[in-house]
Amino acid sequence: MSMIDVKDLHVHYGGIHALKGVSFSVNKGEIVSMVGANGAGKTTTLRAISGILQYKGTVSFDGETLGGTAPHRIVRRGIAHSPEGRGVFPNLTVMENLEMGAFIRSDRAEIQKDFEHCFELFPRLKERVRQLAGTLSGGEQQMLAMSRALMSRPKLLMLDEPSLGLAPLIVAQIFEIVKKVNAEGMTILLVEQNARMALEISHRAYVVETGKITLSGSGRELLSDARVIDSYLGGP
Amino acid sequence: MPSPSTPSKMFQKSLVTPVAAMAVLAGLGYVIDVTANQYVQLIFLYICVNTILALSLNLVNGFTGQFSIGHAGFMAVGAYVSAWLSMHAHPMLLSGQLEFLNYILYAAAGGTFAALAGWFVGLPSLRLRGDYLAIVTLGFGEIIRVILLNTEAVGGARGMFGIPSPGDFMTKFLLATFWVMITFLTLWRLVHSVHGRAFLSVREDEIAAQAMGIDTTKVKVRAFVISSFFAGVAGSIFAHAAQYLNPSTFTFTKSVDAIIMVVLGGLGSLTGSVFAAIIVTILPEFVLRPLQEYTGVDLRMVIYSLALILFMIARPAGIFGTRELPDLFKRKAQ
Repeated sequence: MSMIDVKDLHVHYGGIHALKGVSFSVNKGEIVSMVGANGAGKTTTLRAISGILQYKGTVSFDGETLGGTAPHRIVRRGIAHSPEGRGVFPNLTVMENLEMGAFIRSDRAEIQKDFEHCFELFPRLKERVRQLAGTLSGGEQQMLAMSRALMSRPKLLMLDEPSLGLAPLIVAQIFEIVKKVNAEGMTILLVEQNARMALEISHRAYVVETGKITLSGSGRELLSDARVIDSYLGGP
Repeated sequence: MPSPSTPSKMFQKSLVTPVAAMAVLAGLGYVIDVTANQYVQLIFLYICVNTILALSLNLVNGFTGQFSIGHAGFMAVGAYVSAWLSMHAHPMLLSGQLEFLNYILYAAAGGTFAALAGWFVGLPSLRLRGDYLAIVTLGFGEIIRVILLNTEAVGGARGMFGIPSPGDFMTKFLLATFWVMITFLTLWRLVHSVHGRAFLSVREDEIAAQAMGIDTTKVKVRAFVISSFFAGVAGSIFAHAAQYLNPSTFTFTKSVDAIIMVVLGGLGSLTGSVFAAIIVTILPEFVLRPLQEYTGVDLRMVIYSLALILFMIARPAGIFGTRELPDLFKRKAQ
């Protein structure tokens, strides 16, 4: 059974029809990515799932529909969203940001363990625990955003454009960690413009174009698909 | 983090600072009582009023990142409720030696009504983003003033005369500083708690805050209600210090004064608000008024505005920014 099942998702921004019936699913333990150009509707999809945007269609998570659930309750259901542009709290320290990630939890001992786990994944963060998040580099902020999302102990982790504005070396590191987190059992829905990187680590992937899913398949299949190569991987 | 061994010890430790501060303030009150004239004494009471007002507004404008510009309205609610109670509910409460304790109840009642007003205003408007709150609170402040202006029961435009006072200056000052301490400690504990972190995260990034599982509307309403409560308390202290209320005291200008104190002290710095409230209250009275008397030209408002403009150019984040007084000492120690 799939962990999250999205059927015929429509989102309107005022008069603009941004998502025109998107359907997809993510199974437990998978990395599924959505790739596509700017404005295709990838971020919109994640925001709809998070409850930040209103939508038509059904989103079922763990067998229950999420429609109309407020964003702060969605997190409690087990979906963590690491928003586009990272969205770290710039005037809070790294530690405080991580603590905010665990806002919905009260199991102190386990939270402590998860802090340690985040620092294992991202040793850089440990060095900067007392530093204000706004003073971190872009890559470090991305690491913080991912860690913070993990701190809610989600069943599904949604990452919006983790490679945005980062140096290739850092991007590779981030994707390594996405893979590692997934290997530890986390289900991941990844939205990316960096199609090659995303497809390489994904079990399955969807291509989104102007509010519709135009292609789907395993990461490897899409990597060798002529249309994908042409449009997203910089030609043959 | 140094953690005291037992909860009771921790409690004792947390009491040391407030008790010490209260003792210092009481000593200061005694000195003012003995040495200063009534005018100066009144200014010191106004410092307390403004401190509470600035602290409470900082919770909304500084820590939660919303923009309320009608704080005088909540202050007016507290002031009038407290004054009315002190004139009409008097016989039912304590009398004699302990009479002054009633004034704590009046302030709490004034604060409660202001908090209700805050809830009423905040609930619909805080669902929206920042600027809308500004418009709604501005409107609310004016509505309250116009209602008071047209309510004969509280004196209308003539104002409310003969408001009883808790006693001599020392009693007034101790009651006022008592509330300053309560306000400061409540807000301090609040913004350093997990709930307080929720206020901050709404200020920092509302979408990310939602993604953390925070009900942002609820958090904003909570901040607004708490803030309104203490604005009402400030109004109550003002009412019994001045012993006369007039709707024209609570105009938009009063709200702007509160905003100036918060911005000057630093959005998100409680100690900054205290400092700024003291400066903004004292400056026009003790510095600019003598200057006017000496030169014979009334340049008070010109100098005052100019000083604010220059200060904001030099230090746009306010005196302390988002830091607190103890942080500054930590910096130096390092």
